[in-house]
Amino acid sequence: MGPELLIILFSAMIANNIILIRFLGLCPFFGVSNKVETSLSMGMAVLFVMTLATTVSWTIYYFVLLPFDLVFLRTVFFILVIASLVQLVEIFMKKSFPVLYKALGVYLPLITTNCAILGTAFLTVDYKYNLIESVVFAVGVSLGFMLAIVMFASMRERLDTAPIPESLKGYPIIFILASIMSLSFLGFAGMFGS
Amino acid sequence: MQDRILYLWNTFYNGILRENPILRLMIGLCPTLAVSTSLTNSVGMGLATTFVLVCSNLTVSLIRPFVPSGMRIPVFIVVISTFVTTVDYMMLAYLPGLHASLGVFVPLIVVNCIILGRAEAFAYKNDALPAVLDGLGMGAGFLLAISLMGSIREILGNGTLLGISILGQSYNPVTLMILPPGAFLVIGFLMGALNMMTKKGAK
Repeated sequence: MGPELLIILFSAMIANNIILIRFLGLCPFFGVSNKVETSLSMGMAVLFVMTLATTVSWTIYYFVLLPFDLVFLRTVFFILVIASLVQLVEIFMKKSFPVLYKALGVYLPLITTNCAILGTAFLTVDYKYNLIESVVFAVGVSLGFMLAIVMFASMRERLDTAPIPESLKGYPIIFILASIMSLSFLGFAGMFGS
Repeated sequence: MQDRILYLWNTFYNGILRENPILRLMIGLCPTLAVSTSLTNSVGMGLATTFVLVCSNLTVSLIRPFVPSGMRIPVFIVVISTFVTTVDYMMLAYLPGLHASLGVFVPLIVVNCIILGRAEAFAYKNDALPAVLDGLGMGAGFLLAISLMGSIREILGNGTLLGISILGQSYNPVTLMILPPGAFLVIGFLMGALNMMTKKGAK
């Protein structure tokens, strides 16, 4: 792996963390980060689907949309591709890998509406990455997602016993916690290029 | 007649306060946190989302007799992404500066849960007029919440509002507020304040 690919990987994972810096995929981030185990499963599901979805949408963009001059249809195409891909993966895994299917279970359909997946597909096109760079970028983004959600879940588990001001209980304190975490990720800004 | 008007008004008003998508229902958070770095961006995003919401609600409510319930989600998605593409290209043509600063979040309006949520929960079950009003109300609620966020972050983080200096030369801007952590911080305290106010009202 060349240095450029490593830069793409780490910048996508840490310096431009998809959740804390780019604000994509916040719904699962706040929704399923109650426990460390569930957030780990969600992270695995995202890693799997995001890598596949980015590869497929990259292929479609460069081999169908560009040659036929249909770039204006990319929003429609990408979302339909991702939705049907998730369905396919679900059916395939149910048949062939029942154990993995059980572990990811509920999280797979949830991912269809995860803006992180669609956002990553758009970003690879905007950045004009080639196929290998796109895959590395997708892996970096999803590792970053996993890192953020697992760290966040382990902090949230500790929140249960913390003394929190009455009106900040529930969601407000969770946002403030996310803010502090985002601050620490911001410290890596500029470390791996832009 | 009176009842009908009251019903329509409530349909519209519902989205603004009682079921405010962002501050009450906690949906559509990604664009809210990401683009609310200034009031201009917030208003642009709010208007674009409202436009898509109203158009998709109207279309869904008009075509609902022809849409079998098993096929409705893919149909909704195609309808929504058509309008999102329209907004994307219109904004690129007439407001290229705004389009550049909203970036990837313009095409991502398509996965904004507010729009699919209202198509599914309201427009698919109601006539055209209530559906449009629901879209307008929800859109206005989204616009208000995101503009509030944008104003707070722009004033604190830059000392300006709509690019005009508010706090004067002596104010030292807290740049953190327009950076990502500021977004989480502002919405956290905003929800906390809302909790405090509603609790006091209940007592």
